Order: sequence, then C-alpha cells, then structure tokens
Amino acid sequence: MEKMARVTTALGGNTLTGRTMYCHLDAPANAISVCRDAAQVVVAGRNIFKIYAIEEEQFVEKLNLRVGRKPSLNFSCADVVWHQMDENLLATAATNGVVVTWNLGKPSRNKQDQLFTEHKRTVNKVCFHPTEAYMLLSGSQDGYMKCFDLRKKDSVSTFSGQSESVRDVQFSIRDYFTFAATFENGNVQLWDIRRPDRYERMFTAHNGPVFCCDWHPEDRGWLATGGRDKMVKVWDMNTNRAKEIYCVQSIASVARVKWRPECKHHLATCSMMVDHNIYVWDVRRPYIPSAMFEEHRDVTTGIVWRHLHDPYFLLSGSKDSTLYQHIFKDASQPIERANPEGLCYGLFGDLAFAAKESLVTSDSNRKPYPGDRRHPIFFKRKLDPTEQFESVSSSALSVFETEPDSSSMGWFVDTARRYALAGRSLAELCDHNAKVAKELSRNQVAQTWTMLRIIYCSPGTVPSANLNHSIGKGSASLPLMNSFNLKDMASGMGSEARLDRSKGENRSENILLDSSTTLITNDENEETEGSDVPADYLLGDVEGDEDELYLMDHENAHTEEPEYVLPQEAFPLRHEIVDNPSGPDHLQDKADSPHVSGNEAETVSLTPVESFSLISISHTLSESRLPPDFFSTLVRDMLRFYAEQGDVQMAVSVLIVLGERIRKEIDEQTQEHWYTSYIDLLQRFRLWNISNQVIKLSTCRAITCLNQASTTLHVNCSNCKRPMSNKGWICDRCRQCASTCAVCHHVVKGLFVWCQGCSHGGHLQHILKWLESSTHCPAGCGHLCEYT
Amino acid sequence: MFWAIEVGQVVQANTVDERTNLLVEEYSTSGRLDNITQVMSLHAQYLESFLRSQFYMLRMDGPLPLPYRHYIAIMAAARHQCSYLINMHVDEFLKTGGIAEWLNGLEYVPQRLKNLNEINKLLAHRPWLITKDHIQKLVKTGENNWSLPELVHAVVLLAHYHALASFVFGSGINPERDPDTSNGFRLISINNFCVCDLANDNNIENASLSSNFGIVDSLSELEALMERMKRLQEDREDEEASQEEMTTRFEKEKKESLFVVSRAFDDDIISTSDVSRYIEDPGFGYKDFARRGEEHLPTFRAQDYTWENHGFSLVNRLYSDIGHLLDEKFRMVYNLTYNTMATHEDVDTTMLRRALFNYVHCMFGIRYDDYDYGEVNQLLERSLKVYIKTVTCYPERTTKRMYDSYWRQFKHSEKVHVNLLLMEARMQAELLYALRAITRHLT
Repeated sequence: MEKMARVTTALGGNTLTGRTMYCHLDAPANAISVCRDAAQVVVAGRNIFKIYAIEEEQFVEKLNLRVGRKPSLNFSCADVVWHQMDENLLATAATNGVVVTWNLGKPSRNKQDQLFTEHKRTVNKVCFHPTEAYMLLSGSQDGYMKCFDLRKKDSVSTFSGQSESVRDVQFSIRDYFTFAATFENGNVQLWDIRRPDRYERMFTAHNGPVFCCDWHPEDRGWLATGGRDKMVKVWDMNTNRAKEIYCVQSIASVARVKWRPECKHHLATCSMMVDHNIYVWDVRRPYIPSAMFEEHRDVTTGIVWRHLHDPYFLLSGSKDSTLYQHIFKDASQPIERANPEGLCYGLFGDLAFAAKESLVTSDSNRKPYPGDRRHPIFFKRKLDPTEQFESVSSSALSVFETEPDSSSMGWFVDTARRYALAGRSLAELCDHNAKVAKELSRNQVAQTWTMLRIIYCSPGTVPSANLNHSIGKGSASLPLMNSFNLKDMASGMGSEARLDRSKGENRSENILLDSSTTLITNDENEETEGSDVPADYLLGDVEGDEDELYLMDHENAHTEEPEYVLPQEAFPLRHEIVDNPSGPDHLQDKADSPHVSGNEAETVSLTPVESFSLISISHTLSESRLPPDFFSTLVRDMLRFYAEQGDVQMAVSVLIVLGERIRKEIDEQTQEHWYTSYIDLLQRFRLWNISNQVIKLSTCRAITCLNQASTTLHVNCSNCKRPMSNKGWICDRCRQCASTCAVCHHVVKGLFVWCQGCSHGGHLQHILKWLESSTHCPAGCGHLCEYT
Repeated sequence: MFWAIEVGQVVQANTVDERTNLLVEEYSTSGRLDNITQVMSLHAQYLESFLRSQFYMLRMDGPLPLPYRHYIAIMAAARHQCSYLINMHVDEFLKTGGIAEWLNGLEYVPQRLKNLNEINKLLAHRPWLITKDHIQKLVKTGENNWSLPELVHAVVLLAHYHALASFVFGSGINPERDPDTSNGFRLISINNFCVCDLANDNNIENASLSSNFGIVDSLSELEALMERMKRLQEDREDEEASQEEMTTRFEKEKKESLFVVSRAFDDDIISTSDVSRYIEDPGFGYKDFARRGEEHLPTFRAQDYTWENHGFSLVNRLYSDIGHLLDEKFRMVYNLTYNTMATHEDVDTTMLRRALFNYVHCMFGIRYDDYDYGEVNQLLERSLKVYIKTVTCYPERTTKRMYDSYWRQFKHSEKVHVNLLLMEARMQAELLYALRAITRHLT
C-alpha cells in the first residue's frame, strides 16, 4: 500500500486529497451515500447505520444513527441517500417497507425525523430531488412509487407501475419533473411527477430485472441501466423512442451503475453476485473495462463517486463489511494485461491473424518465410482525439492463404463421401476404405487400412482379391520411413540423424519382409504421391512371386532378409532428400502452416513406435498368431499420429470402424476432441449427411448428444402464417390443411420443400418441375421463388 | 390413504382446448401422461412451465449424465418414501442406460453419488443446516469430487423432487395402474377422472360427501375467511404494529407451527426396504426450526438472499438457462390466480397466496421483513396449517382426512392450486439455503 498514489484535486475552492484506504464496518453494508461536501459518507445495512468522515489517511466514525436498545426493522436499510442540497438530511429505505428521514441537525441522539409506512413491501430505493429540498421519491417491491413532501405527513402522490416490483427510481438531473423507474420484469418507465395517473413512456430495457439506472450528469438524454442479464445499456432518451446507443457486457448481474463525473463516456458498475470487483467502463469500448478495483472480498453493494465533479475518487461498501476509498491511479487496468490478438480460420483453410502492429512487424522482419504465401495487410487505426487508449494505436492483420494446389481439399471430401464406416464386416470395411484411399492416391492411408485388416481379421479370411489390391501399397511404406525422420530433419539433419534413419530404414525393410503382406514390388511409385522418394530401391530386387510372399512364409522371409538390406542404394537416396533445398525447410513450414494438411507429402507417415512394434510382430509371428489386443497400443499410437498430423479424418474413421476393439485405448476426451474436429471439418464442407452419420456412429456420449439437441422444428401454417401448435396436417386456427402442395393441392406427406420467402411449397418433384418453367410462386402469391 | 381428484371439474380460465393441447404435447414428447401431469393440468399455465423446467433438468443438456439425473430423483423421492416417483424414475433410469445394479441400493452406487446423500438428507428435512462446509466437502478436489455445475444441477433436482413428493402426497396421486393402458388420451376423454384412484373405490365422491356433512359450517367458514381478508386489507393503515410485535408474531407463528402436528407419528416410521435402500439415516426427519434449542440458528432473512437477486444469478451461471425456467415457474405460481374463492368471484387472493407461501418459508426459518405474520394467523385456519405443515415437512404422512378437513367449500382445483404453492415455496426454500451455502463457499 505504500506505493499507492496520493491524489490531490482542486475543485473550485475545496480540495480533495486522499489515498486508497479502507475501514472495517461492524456489519455488511447495503448502500452508501456521500454528503455534498465530499467529506462524509453514510453507510447503511441490515445491522449498520453510521456516518464516517473521510479524512486524508483514514475513515473516522462520526456518528452512529442506530440508537435505541431494541433493534428495529426500521433501521434495517436497503438503501440510503444523502440530500445533495441539505447536508443535514438523509433518507433510508427499510426492508420492512418503511421510508425514514433523518435530520442530523436534531439535538437529541435519535436523529430519526419522519416515518412513512405506506409501502406494503420492502422499499428498494429512495431518491431525493436534485434541486428541490423537500421532495423524496421511493420505489418498492409492491410495485408502487411514492413521492413524499417532507413537510407533510403522507405521500403526495403514488405512481403505479402496473408491472412488477420497482427496483430503482432516479430523478432526472436536468428535467425538473421527470424521473425514471426500473422494474423487475425488465421495463423502464419515465414519469412526470405531476401526472401520477400514467407513465410518459415505457420500454423494455433488459431481459429479467433491471436493478439500477443512472442519468448522465451532463448529457440530459442519457440513461444508463444495468440488469440481471449482465448488461449495462445506455439509452438516448431524446428521441421519440428510447434508443440503445451503447451496450456493455459484464460478467455478472449489474447491481449498481454510476456515471463517472467529468468523463462523458465512463461509468462504474458493481455486481450483486459472484463477482466482487468494481469496474469502470468506457461505454465505447464494451468488451474490456478501462479500470478495475479488486479490493473487496465479497460482493460490492454500494458505489458512489466521492464528489460530483471529481472523477478520481470512488467510495464503495461491501458485504465483506468494509468501506473503501478507491483512487483511480491505483486501479488495475485490465487492458494492460490483455492479449490484443485474434486468430480466425476461413472456410477454405485461410487463416487471419490480427495483432499489434509492432509485434507483427518485428516478427516478420526477423524471420521472412520465403515459401509462405501470406499477405500482410496493415490497418492504421484512426485516432480518436477523445480516445484514451493510446496503447493500441494500430494493429496489423495478416492473412495466410492456403496454397492453391493444396487448397483443394477434394481428397478430403471424396474420402469422407466414399468411406464406409459401418454396416459391413470389419474386413470389408477395411478393404473398401483401403481401396478408396488408394484410388485417391493416398497410399499410406490405404496401407494403414490394409494393415488394420490384417491385424484384426484372421488371415484365413483374406480374400485373394485383396492380395492384388495390396500391390502397389508398398510404395506407401516409403514415406513411412521418410516420416520417421521428419523430426530429425527438423532438428537439423545431423549425421546422427542420418544414422538413425538408416537404422530405421533397415528396420522397415525387415517389417516389410517379415510381415510379408505388404511386401510387394511396385512400379507405379513414380505416380504416387510421396514418391519423391523413389521406393523401389528397397524392393526393387524382389522378383518373388506375390503369392509366395503372401504365404507368410517366414522362413523364406528370414532367409531373404539379408539380401534386402541395401545400404548402398539407400544412402544416395537419402542424400537426395537432404540435398533438396526446399526439403527440410519446406517440411518445417508445412508443419507450422495453418491449413488442414491434406498433402500426402506432409502427412503420410508413421511413427517410429510403429515400426518398432512391427518388428516385434515379425518375431512373434513366427511362433503363433497374436491376439489383436496385442496391437492396440500400436494402433492407438497410429491414430494419435494421424490426428497430430491433422488427418483427423483417418483417426475418426478408424476409431469408428474398429469400434470396441480400440475404443478403450483412447481416453474419452481425446476421442471427443477428434470427433468434434472432424465433424467441424465435415460441416465446413457442408457434408451434413456424413457428419450426421459420424455423430450417430460415435460412441462418445458428448458427441451423440449433438444429435439430440434442438430437434424441434417449428412450423408455421402457410395459410394464416401462425405457428402450428398441433400435430398433423391441419392448422387448428384456420382449420385448413396446412402443408398442401401448391402445385397439386394435395397434402404433402414426406419430403416437403418450401420457399422461405413466401412459405409456399409442396412436393419436391412438383416444385422442381414448376420452377423449371416459371419463376413465380406456384401458389400465385407473386413471390419470386428460387430453388437452389 | 389415497384419494382422487376430479379432473373433469369446471376448469377455470383456461379452455379445455388449451389444456388438451398441452397434454397432447406432453404425451408426444415423453411418451406418457403421468398422473402428476393430469392433476396439474387443472392449471394449464402452470403446467406448461413446470413441464418445461422438468424436461430441461431431466433431459436437456446439462452437467450430469442422464442416468445420474434419474438416480438423484430416486434418492430425493426416497427421502419421503414416495414410491410413485421412485418407480417412475427407476424405469427412466434403466431406459437411459443406468446400471441396474445401482438399484440395489446406495452401497452399489459410485462413491460420488453416495456422497450426495448427506446434502439430500439435510435438504429434504432441515435445509437450514446446510453450510458451506458441506459444499466444500463435495467439491474439494479428489477422486469423487463434484464440479460446481454438477452440484448445482444435483441440488436443483433434489429440491425439485422433494417438493414434487410433497405435491404427490398432497394431491393423493397414485401410480398409474398399468403402464400399457395409461394411454393419456383415453383416460382424459373417456372417464373424466384422473386414474389417480379408481383402485380405491371409497373416495371418489368424497368431496361432495364431506361438504354435505357440514355445509353450514363450511359456508360460514368461507364467509369468515373472506371477511377477514377484507378487514386485513382495509385495516392495514390503521393498525401499526410495533417492531417488536412484528418479530414476536414471526416467532409465534414459528413456534405455533410446532404444535400444529400434534399427533405422534413415531410409531409409523416406515422402513420398507425397497425405498430405504436409496437413503441413509432414514430416521432423520424434519425438526422444527423453532425448537432448535441449544444450537442457535439465525433466521434466514429473505431480503438478504433472494431468489430474484442472488439465487437466480448463481444458478444460471453454473447451470445455464435453468434459472430462467425456474424463475418463470416461481413467478407463475406466485401470480397464478383466477380471482375466485370457492363460489365467489372477483376476489383478490393475493393475500391468501402470500400467506401460504410465506408460511411455508416460515417453517423453514425464512423471514420476510416486510411481512406481517399476524396475517398468517388470521387467514390460515388450524386445519389448513396442519395440512400445510404435513405436506411440506412430512408429506408421507398426509392423509385424505387432512386434505378434506380444510376449506371444505373450495374446489379441488383450488386445493391443487394450494398444493402447487406449497410445492414451489418448499422448492424455493430449499434452493435458497443450498445456493446460499454455495455462494458462501465461493466467497
């Protein structure tokens, strides 16, 4: 607290000085109010009613108004207000419905002056007229507002809101006769004090109770309201209809709102629940508070600016039984901690990124990406002279476009459409999907499917057709090795990496040989993707009969093994990769690149782990066939790998196809994450049916729920245009069949297509036919219907 | 023990059409029309918001898995041995994929659900004992902890089903006899009686019977009540009770509620094993708030923690949208009126409704500063108080005699209205205590 600022403001004669300070109250406060001279503050609550003098270093208790031995409910205050004209005059609203005035000038200890017991329910708010000495207004839970003349014993007039409980009443500061009242049902009413029979205006300001309102101290037409819906709205009342000009979204219900003196666009708010902070907002910047006071440990119940013309001192009372004086200099400014950066994906994989200009420029200067196709666009923000936030003066927006060639996600769409995920035996599904992948030249994926089939289906069932089918997949095993090294390459292609890699290759060879299922010579390599690394070096020599190879003749495989370790051929090839100037960089770039990687070159790969396990297969296979469970960790890693590479499609498809076989291996959250990503992608490409199928097939509870949300379809009758409440085809309002076909005039049962403009429609076929020849609506309503 | 209510009675305000639509809709969404729905359909406006909130908390997106929700409902209903609700939710529980083993009793459920038992017990019988420690115990990180949204969801369900049990017993609702024949349409349109109770043939015509009995009595009773209401309304301004007197009145009402149920019930502690297996400590029951004796519990000041200001925001924050639904329901039940009292029309029943609502809260130790509890004394006759206390505090002990013995001139629909008020007041009271504890835990 030592560092806390000390502020002195000169205000025409009297000077305000002070620091951030607080004092303990004996009980929680419900409301506070300040004396006109800004030297005293009154705190009221259920069990407290005291006046404190605000001194330079501390609050000093000056007077306890709660006198008498027996505690009376009249002292249990919901609100308190200090008259701004007469510094001896106070009014409180009691929770039992009594309005009490207090005269500090009284010589006796009991300062209670008058007691108005007219309200039937709790009085929520009292308010003195800003210029008239004797006029007091109250608003109560019973729905009435009453105006009292303090020279009389009873109220002068009663205003009935005709709606629910009154939450706040405030006299307009400039219009002598006007006051605003806010209600529990979300309405705000404006009244003329001379006309108690009817309000002048009413509008709905919030959804749910409007807890508070405050007239702008300078601008006569502005009224700020705060509600339970967590919003603060600023209304311009000058026009015929109240117009919402600003809206601030807070994080909790807004209990109090107070315009900041001398700052046209600032206001302070506090909340009734959960959030204990006091925020000062610039209404033009509704998403982040310009200042924040975080001292209170429980909800803040009352806030008031210390002086009418001083914007730097704020007083607050809280349920935590403290009274605070906040100094603006000590406020925390969330803006300084905020991260003014934004990131967004476009439909086609473009990525936009906005950040402070300084941040972006320095960054791009340091590291220009040659292969990167981004177009930085810089926006200079026009500076508003009244604007106080200089910190963010300009920002930059960068858009990263996907490469034209890879931007076509055709493979993704095709794959999604053609994959079979259910309805057949596992072997068939795998075969089918492998075929699909193959046809789309995604060899590694095809390979994976085939492997899955082999792992999970007994070998006897492998049809011979599959054998041929798996020809050519050998090529996919090459990028496999590539990818094995992906990481090493990224980390700088040390010689060690090469060594590792060569090991890896050797291993892979072993796999290919031993498992002997994928070991097939391949001449199409050059055409397949990922074939920038020629594949045949490995298997080029294999002249072996396919059938023989497939026979799982392990002996044979083992004997052949040494022959296929061909280091000499392997090395130059690897070298080729290294020498490729764009190689590692390119790959690295891609890894960072934002678009969904659809490029086989980057994504097709397998994890080292897999190659490992495959080796172990080779060893054990010779003894006996392994249960599929044995591979589940391996398959899991494979799925993880695909997902990490951005090919979540593969991960999800395999997950669905394998179902129970693999599900337990992967935790729910990851699965859910994959599903949502895949579904999101599918929906971006408008593959609604497929996304629906995926949702349906998923075993993830959170995902299957998606299909159960908002399943209601509301239909309006096409005749009377009112909602159809009834089931069936007859509108119960106009007693006609609602969904008749506009062409054939029969009731449509089944597919019904209708124009969203005129709501006419009918049988899909009929409408299609009609619109071939005509552009107008078949019902003759004159609407130009369009079928797309 | 059970009795029937004629659903076919003159239905005020709402047209038959509207009601039928509502029932049809409910039937088509839930595939059944239970007796609760049918009895409530006497008040179609209310039924709509009731069903909406119940549907939301049971079937819509929420923090808790579906079988959990039904199991919690079972636990709640079991506190009052309400086998009707239990059976209903056992079915639902199994339908939503609940593990059948859990139905063997609390020992078979996960520790996490079991931990809810304490709060269920307190909430059902002595909600004022709930403190933030209970909340902390449930949410403190650990293997079986509850997240706050889950806890709020559970609390809402518990409160809902405790209160609903009150309604079920209060209205004497019986199980539908046979799930296959309880085709809603047939039931309403053909027999015009709620199936509630064709099984117990002795009580269909009871209402008229008892009113014949003491028709003079009950007539004058009604007149007297009207008279008192009128006087209270007029006298308000004149008679200004002192503060102390107001407090005394509250205390008196509280104390009096002690003696309201004079009969000793100790003999009929029901321990039917099929129900009690869902609860622990079955002997724990309502203990009068006023009789707290040694432990001094402060009165809950309604103004310090209201549903509108505080409860709503908290509930809505942690379990989105339920706040709005409950808010609408509370508002609906509080403002529901047809401006009739038995045979009289154009009566402002605000006072009576408020007295009922506040009396229930009074028994749970919630006090309104701005309410004169003398009114309760004037408006609610003793037999009604007995009924209220039984229905809200020990619903399982409600008897038809109690139901019949108050307001003999009033229609069934009006008595159902009373039950609705009692149910919602009870639910709100439980929620207020639970939410206050959660708020305290948060601060």
